Amino acid sequence: MIDDEELVICRCEEVTKGEILEVMEKGAETLNEVKRLTRAGMGLCQGRVCRRLVMQIYCQNVGKKPEEIKPTKYRPPVRPLPIETLASGVKSIELDPDYEGI
Amino acid sequence: MGSMSMLTTDVAVVGAGPAGLYAAIEAAKAGAKTTIINEYVEPGGQLTKQIHKFFGSKEHAAGVRGIDISAKLLGSIDELKVEKRMGTLVWSIFHSNILAIAHNGKSEMLRANKIILATGASENAFAFPGWTLPGVMGAGAAQTLINLQRILPGNRVLMVGAGNVGLIVAFQLLQAGSEVVAVVDALPYISGYCVHSAKIARAGIPILTSHTVKKAYGEISVEGVMVVKVDNQCKPIPKSEQDMKVDTICIAVGLTPLVELAWLANCRFTWVASLGGYVPLYDDKMETTVKGIYVAGDAAGIEEASTAMEEGSIAAISAVESLGLMTQQRAYALRAEAYERLRSFRIGPFGKLRDQGKQFIWRERQKYAERI
Repeated sequence: MIDDEELVICRCEEVTKGEILEVMEKGAETLNEVKRLTRAGMGLCQGRVCRRLVMQIYCQNVGKKPEEIKPTKYRPPVRPLPIETLASGVKSIELDPDYEGI
Repeated sequence: MGSMSMLTTDVAVVGAGPAGLYAAIEAAKAGAKTTIINEYVEPGGQLTKQIHKFFGSKEHAAGVRGIDISAKLLGSIDELKVEKRMGTLVWSIFHSNILAIAHNGKSEMLRANKIILATGASENAFAFPGWTLPGVMGAGAAQTLINLQRILPGNRVLMVGAGNVGLIVAFQLLQAGSEVVAVVDALPYISGYCVHSAKIARAGIPILTSHTVKKAYGEISVEGVMVVKVDNQCKPIPKSEQDMKVDTICIAVGLTPLVELAWLANCRFTWVASLGGYVPLYDDKMETTVKGIYVAGDAAGIEEASTAMEEGSIAAISAVESLGLMTQQRAYALRAEAYERLRSFRIGPFGKLRDQGKQFIWRERQKYAERI
Protein backbone atom coordinates (compact mmCIF):
# COMPACT_ATOMS: atom_id res chain seq x y z
CA MET A 1 0.00 0.00 0.00
CA ILE A 2 2.43 2.63 -1.22
CA ASP A 3 0.47 5.52 -2.69
CA ASP A 4 2.13 8.69 -1.45
CA GLU A 5 4.44 10.17 -4.11
CA GLU A 6 6.42 12.01 -1.44
CA LEU A 7 7.16 8.76 0.32
CA VAL A 8 10.88 8.11 0.72
CA ILE A 9 11.64 4.65 -0.67
CA CYS A 10 15.44 4.50 -0.72
CA ARG A 11 16.57 5.95 2.60
CA CYS A 12 20.31 5.86 1.84
CA GLU A 13 19.99 7.95 -1.33
CA GLU A 14 16.75 9.72 -0.33
CA VAL A 15 14.76 8.70 -3.39
CA THR A 16 10.98 9.15 -3.31
CA LYS A 17 8.30 7.06 -4.93
CA GLY A 18 7.50 10.06 -7.15
CA GLU A 19 11.08 10.16 -8.46
CA ILE A 20 10.94 6.46 -9.33
CA LEU A 21 7.65 6.92 -11.20
CA GLU A 22 9.05 10.01 -12.94
CA VAL A 23 12.04 8.20 -14.49
CA MET A 24 9.74 5.42 -15.61
CA GLU A 25 7.48 7.95 -17.24
CA LYS A 26 10.50 9.44 -18.98
CA GLY A 27 11.41 6.09 -20.49
CA ALA A 28 13.27 3.92 -17.96
CA GLU A 29 12.19 0.43 -18.95
CA THR A 30 14.14 -1.92 -16.72
CA LEU A 31 14.79 -2.00 -12.99
CA ASN A 32 18.49 -1.46 -13.70
CA GLU A 33 17.65 1.75 -15.55
CA VAL A 34 15.45 2.89 -12.67
CA LYS A 35 18.33 2.20 -10.28
CA ARG A 36 20.94 4.08 -12.31
CA LEU A 37 18.73 7.07 -13.01
CA THR A 38 17.49 7.53 -9.44
CA ARG A 39 20.35 5.89 -7.45
CA ALA A 40 17.69 3.97 -5.47
CA GLY A 41 19.52 0.96 -4.05
CA MET A 42 23.00 2.36 -4.69
CA GLY A 43 23.69 3.71 -1.20
CA LEU A 44 25.35 2.31 1.89
CA CYS A 45 23.00 -0.64 2.34
CA GLN A 46 23.17 -1.53 -1.37
CA GLY A 47 19.43 -1.98 -1.60
CA ARG A 48 19.02 -4.37 1.28
CA VAL A 49 16.16 -2.21 2.59
CA CYS A 50 14.56 -0.75 -0.56
CA ARG A 51 15.21 -3.35 -3.27
CA ARG A 52 11.87 -5.07 -2.71
CA LEU A 53 9.98 -1.77 -2.38
CA VAL A 54 11.40 -0.44 -5.65
CA MET A 55 10.51 -3.72 -7.30
CA GLN A 56 6.93 -3.51 -5.96
CA ILE A 57 6.50 0.01 -7.32
CA TYR A 58 8.01 -1.01 -10.65
CA CYS A 59 5.80 -4.10 -10.91
CA GLN A 60 2.66 -2.16 -10.02
CA ASN A 61 3.51 0.45 -12.62
CA VAL A 62 4.19 -1.94 -15.51
CA GLY A 63 1.50 -4.41 -14.43
CA LYS A 64 3.85 -7.37 -14.12
CA LYS A 65 4.64 -9.95 -11.46
CA PRO A 66 8.10 -10.17 -9.85
CA GLU A 67 8.81 -13.45 -11.67
CA GLU A 68 8.21 -11.73 -15.01
CA ILE A 69 10.81 -8.98 -14.62
CA LYS A 70 14.58 -8.82 -14.53
CA PRO A 71 16.05 -7.95 -11.12
CA THR A 72 18.76 -5.34 -10.67
CA LYS A 73 22.35 -6.44 -10.92
CA TYR A 74 24.53 -6.95 -7.86
CA ARG A 75 28.07 -5.59 -7.84
CA PRO A 76 30.97 -5.92 -5.43
CA PRO A 77 31.60 -4.78 -2.79
CA VAL A 78 28.28 -6.00 -1.38
CA ARG A 79 29.11 -4.50 2.00
CA PRO A 80 30.24 -0.90 2.65
CA LEU A 81 34.04 -0.82 2.96
CA PRO A 82 36.66 1.93 2.98
CA ILE A 83 38.68 2.09 -0.27
CA GLU A 84 41.80 1.58 1.84
CA THR A 85 40.47 -1.80 3.00
CA LEU A 86 39.55 -2.83 -0.54
CA ALA A 87 42.98 -1.82 -1.84
CA SER A 88 44.76 -3.87 0.82
CA GLY A 89 43.45 -7.05 -0.80
CA VAL A 90 44.30 -6.29 -4.42
CA LYS A 91 47.96 -7.12 -4.09
CA SER A 92 47.24 -10.65 -2.96
CA ILE A 93 45.17 -11.34 -6.10
CA GLU A 94 47.72 -9.87 -8.49
CA LEU A 95 50.57 -11.87 -7.06
CA ASP A 96 48.68 -15.13 -7.20
CA PRO A 97 50.07 -17.31 -10.02
CA ASP A 98 46.59 -18.57 -10.83
CA TYR A 99 45.14 -15.08 -11.15
CA GLU A 100 43.22 -14.83 -14.43
CA GLY A 101 41.76 -11.38 -14.01
CA ILE A 102 38.50 -10.41 -12.42
CA MET B 1 50.54 -4.61 4.51
CA GLY B 2 48.23 -6.93 2.61
CA SER B 3 49.08 -10.57 2.66
CA MET B 4 51.23 -11.70 -0.26
CA SER B 5 49.63 -15.06 -0.73
CA MET B 6 46.09 -16.25 -0.82
CA LEU B 7 44.49 -17.97 2.13
CA THR B 8 43.21 -21.45 1.38
CA THR B 9 40.73 -23.90 2.83
CA ASP B 10 38.79 -26.99 1.80
CA VAL B 11 35.33 -25.84 2.82
CA ALA B 12 34.43 -22.20 3.46
CA VAL B 13 31.12 -21.62 5.20
CA VAL B 14 29.71 -18.10 5.00
CA GLY B 15 27.45 -17.38 7.95
CA ALA B 16 27.57 -18.86 11.45
CA GLY B 17 23.84 -19.23 12.09
CA PRO B 18 22.11 -22.61 12.47
CA ALA B 19 22.72 -23.65 8.84
CA GLY B 20 26.34 -22.51 8.79
CA LEU B 21 27.24 -24.05 12.15
CA TYR B 22 25.78 -27.42 11.18
CA ALA B 23 27.56 -27.26 7.82
CA ALA B 24 30.91 -26.44 9.45
CA ILE B 25 30.54 -29.23 12.02
CA GLU B 26 29.63 -31.81 9.37
CA ALA B 27 32.50 -30.75 7.08
CA ALA B 28 35.08 -30.75 9.87
CA LYS B 29 33.87 -34.12 11.17
CA ALA B 30 34.65 -35.61 7.75
CA GLY B 31 38.18 -34.27 7.99
CA ALA B 32 37.90 -31.24 5.71
CA LYS B 33 39.87 -28.13 6.58
CA THR B 34 36.93 -25.88 7.38
CA THR B 35 36.69 -22.13 7.73
CA ILE B 36 33.57 -20.39 9.02
CA ILE B 37 33.11 -16.68 8.37
CA ASN B 38 30.56 -14.47 10.09
CA GLU B 39 29.76 -10.78 9.65
CA TYR B 40 28.81 -10.20 13.28
CA VAL B 41 31.51 -10.59 15.95
CA GLU B 42 29.52 -13.25 17.79
CA PRO B 43 28.58 -16.49 16.01
CA GLY B 44 25.16 -18.10 16.35
CA GLY B 45 23.04 -15.98 14.04
CA GLN B 46 19.41 -15.65 15.08
CA LEU B 47 19.84 -18.48 17.61
CA THR B 48 21.69 -16.17 19.99
CA LYS B 49 18.58 -14.06 20.50
CA GLN B 50 16.03 -16.84 20.55
CA ILE B 51 15.21 -17.13 24.23
CA HIS B 52 12.08 -19.20 23.55
CA LYS B 53 12.02 -22.99 23.52
CA PHE B 54 11.92 -24.84 20.21
CA PHE B 55 9.19 -27.34 19.54
CA GLY B 56 8.76 -30.23 17.14
CA SER B 57 10.69 -33.45 17.54
CA LYS B 58 13.66 -34.39 19.70
CA GLU B 59 15.99 -34.39 16.67
CA HIS B 60 15.04 -30.76 16.16
CA ALA B 61 15.98 -29.82 19.71
CA ALA B 62 12.39 -29.50 20.91
CA GLY B 63 12.17 -27.98 24.37
CA VAL B 64 15.60 -26.35 24.11
CA ARG B 65 16.07 -22.59 23.86
CA GLY B 66 17.75 -21.28 20.70
CA ILE B 67 20.49 -19.61 22.69
CA ASP B 68 21.40 -22.94 24.36
CA ILE B 69 21.45 -24.74 20.99
CA SER B 70 23.88 -22.12 19.75
CA ALA B 71 26.21 -22.58 22.75
CA LYS B 72 26.30 -26.34 22.16
CA LEU B 73 27.08 -25.95 18.45
CA LEU B 74 29.84 -23.46 19.18
CA GLY B 75 31.40 -25.98 21.54
CA SER B 76 31.52 -28.53 18.72
CA ILE B 77 33.03 -25.95 16.34
CA ASP B 78 35.90 -25.39 18.75
CA GLU B 79 36.37 -29.10 19.48
CA LEU B 80 36.61 -29.85 15.77
CA LYS B 81 39.13 -27.03 15.30
CA VAL B 82 37.10 -25.20 12.70
CA GLU B 83 38.89 -21.98 11.74
CA LYS B 84 36.65 -19.14 12.95
CA ARG B 85 36.72 -15.76 11.26
CA MET B 86 34.17 -13.68 13.13
CA GLY B 87 33.51 -9.99 12.57
CA THR B 88 34.56 -10.64 8.99
CA LEU B 89 32.75 -9.42 5.89
CA VAL B 90 32.60 -11.30 2.64
CA TRP B 91 32.44 -8.48 0.11
CA SER B 92 32.65 -10.45 -3.10
CA ILE B 93 33.20 -13.81 -4.72
CA PHE B 94 35.60 -14.20 -7.66
CA HIS B 95 36.13 -17.09 -10.14
CA SER B 96 33.39 -18.93 -8.19
CA ASN B 97 35.94 -20.14 -5.63
CA ILE B 98 37.62 -17.08 -4.13
CA LEU B 99 35.98 -15.18 -1.31
CA ALA B 100 37.03 -11.58 -0.80
CA ILE B 101 36.96 -11.08 2.94
CA ALA B 102 37.66 -8.05 5.12
CA HIS B 103 38.45 -7.91 8.81
CA ASN B 104 39.84 -5.04 10.89
CA GLY B 105 40.46 -2.83 7.86
CA LYS B 106 42.34 -5.52 5.98
CA SER B 107 41.06 -7.30 2.91
CA GLU B 108 42.22 -10.78 1.97
CA MET B 109 41.39 -13.45 -0.57
CA LEU B 110 40.36 -16.90 0.59
CA ARG B 111 40.40 -19.70 -1.97
CA ALA B 112 38.04 -22.53 -1.05
CA ASN B 113 37.51 -25.83 -2.82
CA LYS B 114 33.88 -25.72 -1.72
CA ILE B 115 31.79 -22.78 -0.59
CA ILE B 116 28.62 -23.10 1.47
CA LEU B 117 26.52 -19.94 1.54
CA ALA B 118 24.51 -19.88 4.76
CA THR B 119 23.98 -16.15 4.76
CA GLY B 120 20.45 -16.09 6.15
CA ALA B 121 17.90 -13.42 5.41
CA SER B 122 17.13 -9.73 5.73
CA GLU B 123 13.91 -8.21 7.04
CA ASN B 124 11.46 -6.77 4.55
CA ALA B 125 10.77 -3.07 4.75
CA PHE B 126 7.27 -1.61 4.80
CA ALA B 127 6.92 1.93 3.48
CA PHE B 128 4.17 4.14 4.92
CA PRO B 129 4.18 7.89 5.61
CA GLY B 130 6.42 8.31 8.64
CA TRP B 131 8.33 5.03 8.24
CA THR B 132 11.64 6.88 8.34
CA LEU B 133 10.92 8.35 11.80
CA PRO B 134 13.13 7.09 14.64
CA GLY B 135 11.10 4.48 16.49
CA VAL B 136 10.17 2.49 13.40
CA MET B 137 12.34 -0.62 13.21
CA GLY B 138 12.41 -4.23 12.09
CA ALA B 139 11.07 -6.72 14.62
CA GLY B 140 14.42 -8.51 14.37
CA ALA B 141 16.20 -5.29 15.28
CA ALA B 142 13.97 -4.87 18.33
CA GLN B 143 14.71 -8.48 19.30
CA THR B 144 18.45 -7.83 19.03
CA LEU B 145 18.05 -4.77 21.25
CA ILE B 146 16.15 -6.54 24.02
CA ASN B 147 17.69 -10.01 24.00
CA LEU B 148 21.30 -9.31 23.06
CA GLN B 149 21.96 -5.74 24.07
CA ARG B 150 19.45 -5.49 26.91
CA ILE B 151 18.05 -2.19 25.66
CA LEU B 152 14.31 -1.53 25.62
CA PRO B 153 13.49 0.09 22.26
CA GLY B 154 10.38 1.83 23.60
CA ASN B 155 7.58 1.82 26.12
CA ARG B 156 4.53 1.45 23.91
CA VAL B 157 4.87 -0.75 20.85
CA LEU B 158 2.75 -1.57 17.81
CA MET B 159 3.76 -4.82 16.11
CA VAL B 160 3.04 -4.96 12.38
CA GLY B 161 2.77 -8.57 11.24
CA ALA B 162 1.13 -11.57 12.92
CA GLY B 163 3.49 -14.18 11.51
CA ASN B 164 5.81 -16.09 13.85
CA VAL B 165 8.43 -13.34 14.00
CA GLY B 166 5.86 -10.68 14.89
CA LEU B 167 4.14 -12.83 17.51
CA ILE B 168 7.34 -14.06 19.17
CA VAL B 169 8.99 -10.65 19.29
CA ALA B 170 5.77 -9.01 20.54
CA PHE B 171 5.74 -11.45 23.46
CA GLN B 172 9.43 -10.95 24.17
CA LEU B 173 8.97 -7.16 24.16
CA LEU B 174 6.25 -7.67 26.75
CA GLN B 175 8.60 -9.86 28.81
CA ALA B 176 11.29 -7.20 28.52
CA GLY B 177 8.96 -4.57 29.95
CA SER B 178 7.35 -2.80 26.98
CA GLU B 179 3.63 -2.40 26.64
CA VAL B 180 2.51 -3.95 23.36
CA VAL B 181 -0.56 -1.99 22.27
CA ALA B 182 -1.62 -4.32 19.45
CA VAL B 183 -0.45 -6.69 16.76
CA VAL B 184 -1.84 -5.83 13.32
CA ASP B 185 -1.76 -7.78 10.08
CA ALA B 186 -3.20 -6.92 6.69
CA LEU B 187 -4.11 -10.57 6.14
CA PRO B 188 -7.59 -11.64 7.27
CA TYR B 189 -6.01 -14.37 9.45
CA ILE B 190 -3.09 -14.93 11.83
CA SER B 191 -0.30 -16.59 9.87
CA GLY B 192 1.93 -17.51 12.85
CA TYR B 193 1.70 -20.69 14.90
CA CYS B 194 -1.12 -20.99 17.38
CA VAL B 195 1.30 -21.60 20.27
CA HIS B 196 2.66 -18.07 19.74
CA SER B 197 -0.63 -16.27 19.07
CA ALA B 198 -2.15 -17.91 22.17
CA LYS B 199 0.53 -16.31 24.35
CA ILE B 200 -0.33 -12.90 22.92
CA ALA B 201 -4.04 -13.50 23.41
CA ARG B 202 -3.50 -14.63 27.01
CA ALA B 203 -1.58 -11.44 27.69
CA GLY B 204 -4.65 -9.52 26.58
CA ILE B 205 -2.99 -7.97 23.54
CA PRO B 206 -5.42 -7.51 20.64
CA ILE B 207 -4.43 -9.13 17.33
CA LEU B 208 -6.14 -7.06 14.64
CA THR B 209 -6.30 -8.99 11.38
CA SER B 210 -7.28 -7.12 8.18
CA HIS B 211 -5.60 -4.03 9.64
CA THR B 212 -2.55 -2.11 8.50
CA VAL B 213 -0.63 1.08 9.18
CA LYS B 214 -1.88 4.19 7.40
CA LYS B 215 0.78 6.50 8.75
CA ALA B 216 3.08 7.16 11.67
CA TYR B 217 3.45 10.64 13.07
CA GLY B 218 5.65 12.56 15.48
CA GLU B 219 7.92 15.62 15.74
CA ILE B 220 11.35 14.03 15.99
CA SER B 221 10.39 10.43 16.61
CA VAL B 222 7.26 8.26 16.59
CA GLU B 223 4.50 9.62 18.82
CA GLY B 224 1.61 7.68 17.36
CA VAL B 225 0.26 5.65 14.51
CA MET B 226 -2.94 5.60 12.50
CA VAL B 227 -4.10 2.04 11.98
CA VAL B 228 -6.75 1.34 9.36
CA LYS B 229 -8.97 -1.62 8.52
CA VAL B 230 -8.55 -3.07 5.02
CA ASP B 231 -10.85 -5.08 2.79
CA ASN B 232 -9.85 -8.37 1.17
CA GLN B 233 -8.16 -6.45 -1.68
CA CYS B 234 -5.99 -4.78 0.97
CA LYS B 235 -7.72 -1.44 0.27
CA PRO B 236 -8.29 0.80 3.32
CA ILE B 237 -11.89 1.02 4.49
CA PRO B 238 -12.94 4.69 4.89
CA LYS B 239 -13.51 5.99 8.42
CA SER B 240 -12.04 2.88 10.03
CA GLU B 241 -8.91 4.68 11.32
CA GLN B 242 -7.75 4.14 14.88
CA ASP B 243 -5.20 6.45 16.49
CA MET B 244 -2.78 4.60 18.74
CA LYS B 245 -0.29 6.40 20.94
CA VAL B 246 2.95 4.47 20.55
CA ASP B 247 6.64 5.35 20.53
CA THR B 248 7.78 2.25 18.66
CA ILE B 249 6.53 0.48 15.55
CA CYS B 250 8.05 -2.92 14.83
CA ILE B 251 7.86 -4.29 11.31
CA ALA B 252 7.56 -8.05 10.84
CA VAL B 253 6.30 -8.37 7.27
CA GLY B 254 8.49 -11.20 6.08
CA LEU B 255 12.06 -11.97 5.21
CA THR B 256 14.07 -12.03 1.99
CA PRO B 257 16.86 -14.57 1.39
CA LEU B 258 20.20 -12.75 1.60
CA VAL B 259 21.94 -14.08 -1.49
CA GLU B 260 24.08 -11.30 -2.97
CA LEU B 261 27.10 -13.64 -3.12
CA ALA B 262 25.18 -16.22 -5.15
CA TRP B 263 24.18 -13.48 -7.61
CA LEU B 264 27.82 -12.35 -7.86
CA ALA B 265 28.89 -15.96 -8.51
CA ASN B 266 26.43 -16.08 -11.44
CA CYS B 267 24.20 -18.72 -9.89
CA ARG B 268 20.85 -19.18 -11.63
CA PHE B 269 17.81 -17.98 -9.69
CA THR B 270 14.08 -18.39 -9.63
CA TRP B 271 11.31 -16.47 -7.89
CA VAL B 272 9.45 -18.46 -5.24
CA ALA B 273 7.01 -16.29 -3.31
CA SER B 274 6.44 -18.90 -0.57
CA LEU B 275 10.21 -19.00 0.11
CA GLY B 276 10.66 -15.23 0.31
CA GLY B 277 11.54 -14.14 -3.24
CA TYR B 278 14.56 -14.89 -5.41
CA VAL B 279 16.19 -18.17 -4.45
CA PRO B 280 19.20 -19.76 -6.19
CA LEU B 281 18.43 -22.97 -8.04
CA TYR B 282 19.89 -26.01 -6.29
CA ASP B 283 19.61 -29.78 -6.38
CA ASP B 284 19.01 -32.33 -3.60
CA LYS B 285 22.65 -31.87 -2.57
CA MET B 286 22.01 -28.14 -2.03
CA GLU B 287 24.51 -27.41 -4.82
CA THR B 288 23.70 -24.36 -6.95
CA THR B 289 24.12 -24.16 -10.71
CA VAL B 290 27.75 -23.13 -10.07
CA LYS B 291 29.80 -26.22 -9.25
CA GLY B 292 31.22 -26.17 -5.74
CA ILE B 293 28.87 -23.49 -4.42
CA TYR B 294 26.16 -24.70 -2.05
CA VAL B 295 23.37 -22.88 -0.20
CA ALA B 296 21.60 -23.73 3.05
CA GLY B 297 19.10 -22.27 5.47
CA ASP B 298 17.18 -19.07 4.84
CA ALA B 299 19.52 -18.26 1.92
CA ALA B 300 17.97 -21.30 0.21
CA GLY B 301 14.43 -20.10 0.96
CA ILE B 302 12.93 -18.78 4.20
CA GLU B 303 12.11 -21.54 6.65
CA GLU B 304 13.14 -22.21 10.24
CA ALA B 305 16.22 -22.90 12.32
CA SER B 306 15.49 -26.64 12.43
CA THR B 307 15.27 -27.00 8.66
CA ALA B 308 18.28 -24.72 8.23
CA MET B 309 20.37 -27.11 10.35
CA GLU B 310 19.38 -30.09 8.20
CA GLU B 311 20.15 -28.20 5.00
CA GLY B 312 23.51 -27.14 6.39
CA SER B 313 24.31 -30.80 7.03
CA ILE B 314 23.16 -31.87 3.57
CA ALA B 315 25.28 -29.19 1.89
CA ALA B 316 28.39 -30.14 3.89
CA ILE B 317 27.90 -33.90 3.38
CA SER B 318 27.66 -33.28 -0.36
CA ALA B 319 30.70 -30.99 -0.33
CA VAL B 320 32.93 -33.50 1.50
CA GLU B 321 31.63 -36.31 -0.72
CA SER B 322 32.66 -34.30 -3.74
CA LEU B 323 36.09 -33.71 -2.14
CA GLY B 324 36.51 -37.47 -1.75
CA LEU B 325 36.39 -37.33 2.04
CA MET B 326 33.23 -39.39 2.30
CA THR B 327 32.07 -42.40 0.31
CA GLN B 328 29.08 -42.00 -1.99
CA GLN B 329 27.20 -44.68 -0.07
CA ARG B 330 27.70 -42.97 3.26
CA ALA B 331 26.81 -39.54 1.87
CA TYR B 332 23.71 -40.98 0.25
CA ALA B 333 22.62 -42.62 3.52
CA LEU B 334 23.22 -39.49 5.59
CA ARG B 335 21.34 -37.30 3.10
CA ALA B 336 18.42 -39.74 3.10
CA GLU B 337 18.26 -39.55 6.91
CA ALA B 338 18.35 -35.76 6.82
CA TYR B 339 15.57 -35.64 4.23
CA GLU B 340 13.52 -38.02 6.36
CA ARG B 341 13.80 -35.59 9.29
CA LEU B 342 13.04 -32.64 6.99
CA ARG B 343 9.89 -34.38 5.79
CA SER B 344 8.67 -34.67 9.37
CA PHE B 345 9.09 -30.92 9.66
CA ARG B 346 7.65 -29.86 6.34
CA ILE B 347 4.08 -30.86 7.15
CA GLY B 348 1.04 -28.81 8.05
CA PRO B 349 -0.16 -25.84 6.01
CA PHE B 350 3.13 -23.87 6.34
CA GLY B 351 5.45 -26.79 5.92
CA LYS B 352 3.60 -28.03 2.87
CA LEU B 353 3.86 -24.69 1.10
CA ARG B 354 7.60 -24.67 1.69
CA ASP B 355 7.93 -28.26 0.60
CA GLN B 356 6.19 -27.35 -2.65
CA GLY B 357 8.54 -24.38 -3.02
CA LYS B 358 11.57 -26.63 -2.58
CA GLN B 359 10.25 -29.11 -5.12
CA PHE B 360 9.65 -26.27 -7.57
CA ILE B 361 13.30 -25.28 -7.18
CA TRP B 362 14.50 -28.83 -7.83
CA ARG B 363 12.32 -29.07 -10.93
CA GLU B 364 13.64 -25.74 -12.21
CA ARG B 365 17.18 -26.95 -11.47
CA GLN B 366 16.47 -30.10 -13.45
CA LYS B 367 15.11 -28.11 -16.38
CA TYR B 368 18.21 -25.93 -16.31
CA ALA B 369 20.47 -29.00 -16.33
CA GLU B 370 18.59 -30.37 -19.35
CA ARG B 371 18.98 -27.08 -21.21
CA ILE B 372 22.78 -26.94 -20.91
